Amino acid sequence: MATTETKKIKLSSAQELQQAVKRRRIMIYTALLAVALVAPFLAYPVFLMKILCFALFACAFNLVLGYTGLLSFGHAAFLATGGYFTGYLLSQHAVTPEVGILVGTLAAIILGTFFGLLSIRRQGIYFAMITLALAQLVFFFYLQADFTGGEDGMQGVPRGYLFGFIDLENNLSMYYFVLAVFLLGFMLIQRTIHSPFGQVLKAIRENEPRATSLGYNVDAYKLVAFVISAGLAGLAGSTKTVIFQLASLNDAHWHMSGEVILMTLVGGVGTLVGPIVGATFVLTLTHQLAQSALGDWVNVILGVVFVACVMAFRAGIVGEIQKFAKKNFK
Amino acid sequence: MKLIKKVLTAAVATAMSVGAAQAAITDNEVRIGYLADMSGGYRDLAGPNGLEALRMAVEDFGGTVKGNKITIVSADDRNSPDVASSTVRQWIESDKVDMVAGLVASSVVIAATKIMAGSDTLGLVNGSAASSITNEHCTPNHIHWTYDTYPLANSTAAAIVDGGGKNWFIVTADYAFGHSLENDVRTVVEAKGGKIVGTVRHPLGTNDFSSYILQAQSSGAQVVGFANAGGDTVNSVITAGEFGLAQSGQTVAALLFFLTDVHALGVKTAQGIQLVTGWYWDKDKEAREWSDRFHQRTKSRPSMVHAGIYSSTLHYLKAVETTGSDKASVVRAEMAKNQVNDMFTKDGYIREDGRMVHDMYLAQVKTPAESKNAWDLYKIIRTIPADGAFRPLSESKCSLVKK
Amino acid sequence: MTMIFGVPAAAFFGQLLLGLINGAFYALLSLGLAIIFGLLKIINFAHGAQYMLGAFAAYLLLHLLGINYWMALFLAPLIVGTFGALIERYLLRRITHIDHMYGLLLTFGLALIIQGLFTNIFGVSGNRYPVPDALSGGVNLGFMFLPYYRGWIVAIAVVVCIAVWFLIEKTKLGGYLRAGTENPALMQAFGINVPLLVTLTYGFGVALAAFTGVLAAPIYSVAPGMGANLLIVVFAVVVIGGMGSIMGAIITGLAMGIVEGLTKVYYPEASNTVIFLVMIFVLLLRPAGLFGKEA
Repeated sequence: MATTETKKIKLSSAQELQQAVKRRRIMIYTALLAVALVAPFLAYPVFLMKILCFALFACAFNLVLGYTGLLSFGHAAFLATGGYFTGYLLSQHAVTPEVGILVGTLAAIILGTFFGLLSIRRQGIYFAMITLALAQLVFFFYLQADFTGGEDGMQGVPRGYLFGFIDLENNLSMYYFVLAVFLLGFMLIQRTIHSPFGQVLKAIRENEPRATSLGYNVDAYKLVAFVISAGLAGLAGSTKTVIFQLASLNDAHWHMSGEVILMTLVGGVGTLVGPIVGATFVLTLTHQLAQSALGDWVNVILGVVFVACVMAFRAGIVGEIQKFAKKNFK
Repeated sequence: MKLIKKVLTAAVATAMSVGAAQAAITDNEVRIGYLADMSGGYRDLAGPNGLEALRMAVEDFGGTVKGNKITIVSADDRNSPDVASSTVRQWIESDKVDMVAGLVASSVVIAATKIMAGSDTLGLVNGSAASSITNEHCTPNHIHWTYDTYPLANSTAAAIVDGGGKNWFIVTADYAFGHSLENDVRTVVEAKGGKIVGTVRHPLGTNDFSSYILQAQSSGAQVVGFANAGGDTVNSVITAGEFGLAQSGQTVAALLFFLTDVHALGVKTAQGIQLVTGWYWDKDKEAREWSDRFHQRTKSRPSMVHAGIYSSTLHYLKAVETTGSDKASVVRAEMAKNQVNDMFTKDGYIREDGRMVHDMYLAQVKTPAESKNAWDLYKIIRTIPADGAFRPLSESKCSLVKK
Repeated sequence: MTMIFGVPAAAFFGQLLLGLINGAFYALLSLGLAIIFGLLKIINFAHGAQYMLGAFAAYLLLHLLGINYWMALFLAPLIVGTFGALIERYLLRRITHIDHMYGLLLTFGLALIIQGLFTNIFGVSGNRYPVPDALSGGVNLGFMFLPYYRGWIVAIAVVVCIAVWFLIEKTKLGGYLRAGTENPALMQAFGINVPLLVTLTYGFGVALAAFTGVLAAPIYSVAPGMGANLLIVVFAVVVIGGMGSIMGAIITGLAMGIVEGLTKVYYPEASNTVIFLVMIFVLLLRPAGLFGKEA
């Protein structure tokens, strides 16, 4: 009797704990959302939008790296594809922004499927090299294709009217639109991770042979995750094109793939908000460096951050905070 | 309602134009932003030394305009149009920057000038080669100073054809920039009765050029033209030397070739190459004197881009002083009113499309015997007169050009 | 004139030979990557930067100390290889126990640092390294003019490749190396200093990259970015060959050089992408690569 009693109590306290965690999470999200809503009145809106785009890009990338264990070195291709398709539609066919973004995202999904089909069967380092090589192929295509404007870039893309009536030339409406896009993408990732599908992904990451022996079609799961990630990266690229009114080869270059890895690593691989923190950190750092006397050291400093993260802070900013919190506030 | 609105708008417009006429230097400061690649592939073209040239201009002007301080901010564009566009936007909106100097990669320049268009900020483009900057991408808010591909391709080709080089083989970088360079050359060569016997297109950033050089060699053309840029041109020239193109009687022409490239190659490899430049540090006494001062500060000789940054900034500051305004439209009009006479050029003038028209020079890389030191690289063969050096306005696609 | 697929035979053979010479670079670089991968299980993303370091070491040895090409051919790999060994000893070793992905990321960061430093110090325009006197000039082969130096590259590359293959596949040291790959604990039990073996292996792989860099110095501009784009092509070569064997890396490297060379004649626009296209086909037909073992 007594034992069942204690069990019951334990169970209820475990439930309580879970609820407390949930409550805290909701609190954190609410606080973050509040910050995001007032941010454009405190900081420079275009820079904030840039952060949101790259945060979405990094979150998408993290879905593959952090939750599937695949290191993609070709995510720049999806960012650029989204950007170029959206830019082309907006400037040449005068569609409304949401249609342009939708098509850009779709293009990235198609490209992602192609990348995924070719590379998903190979693991680890092979996967990284294959995605890198494929992305390089895409880079050369965009460099030589006429519609991208080559090294001049696709310039002067009109922001247009969202749904035909909201003027995006206004930075504030543009900001809230980007925030909405970001939240949409972020919620999709959050739902994916916490769904049964996400649990299988985690199982694959932890122990692939075991997942296979349990009867899961591992490759199919990985492929779906990769395609979702590619699509969201494309969404980030499409949105970025609308914000900056341009699409350029920089987004297709492998440096960009390296940068998104750095953002995710700095923030915390496999944590939900890590990539957001990482993107904010990296962009603020490069922004500050570019305008300081240390401007020409930017690549060296990014390299040092990379090495420092790998050697000492593999959990990233958010991961380290979580560790610290676990240790000190049980 | 409508009428009231109209009246109001008119009143505001009048008020604004009165403000402009009064002309003042906003915030009692003339702020100059230097935007250039400080860390990437175009670093040597303008980069940190360009910032030094800008500082020299400000110092030589006295550091103030009519008692208003001149301040400089700088930023690395990382060759990214995103970075350029957000930096320039911030400079205009928050930092009230009045003039943006430097401006190198074409994607960066086009993005930056699109942001400046319609604002009170003026852009002085010096680093970029793209002639589209004053053609289809022209704005009332920028001036293109030092050079562009039009004279580089046309004058080089014309000079060589006139010298007897009738049959050409062109090695072209396979993207928009290379294609347009190739077309420019083709037009000139064919107009002058020459012939293009073959072309080969290589991808950007090719590791090895031997295959293309071999094709050029076996084509039997008198002239081998390189319609590429940067590291690609440098490697093309090295390989051309290695395979002895000169020994087999072929002339090498580089269509976009900078002092820094020649310096990197050395005269032994680059000797005899003909090229067009907007300026050369040893071209006359004034240029030499300025270069000596530049050399003291940077331990390097200035390229035409560095000289252009200095020249354009001084011309700008003079116009600010005369008008007492730092408003782009006012200053730009004043700049166009006066000819440019300094160490950079004589009697240069600014056209309605934003092109600063000035003499260009056909130069040839010296032989090791002629070159006295590491920077003694060119001999000027002849001056290409300002009129006719740049794309004529009759061919312009710029919306500012009245036809 | 004899024609081969619409191209004069002379030009055809000339391009074939030039392709082979480029293939020699791919072979040497992918060989270095394969050796490092064999024991450390990481892809050395700093390989391109280390190749560049080799070229710069030769350049600096000549200009600062007056040391000639032939000495540099030994000294530069030694210096850069030692630097590599230090990287392994103080950085890579600390992360061997975790996901190998981190090794790739670490070397990627190192590549950024090295290239950034060299850009700041030497600028981006590059520097010129002279062809050694003994190898200047060339010979007319009838179908093409072959600079002696290019001939030397193929000869020395093939010799080095075969020597490395022999060292690893046929000697006792190589035996340890291969055994260390399969079962490090057992080797340790046999009294072999496996950590030292790993350090030396990484150093050796890096030295190979630097050696390739010295070979490249006289024919390309010695510039900070010279290895960055080359490395991605070499990655594709590695994927095509598979990481199965040393010989596989060598053969694939040479073959891809030839494929690329012929593309430069028939469809030059695609010469930078042809290797990636070959990679796609190989992946569709043999996912583990031509010489790779199915995982």
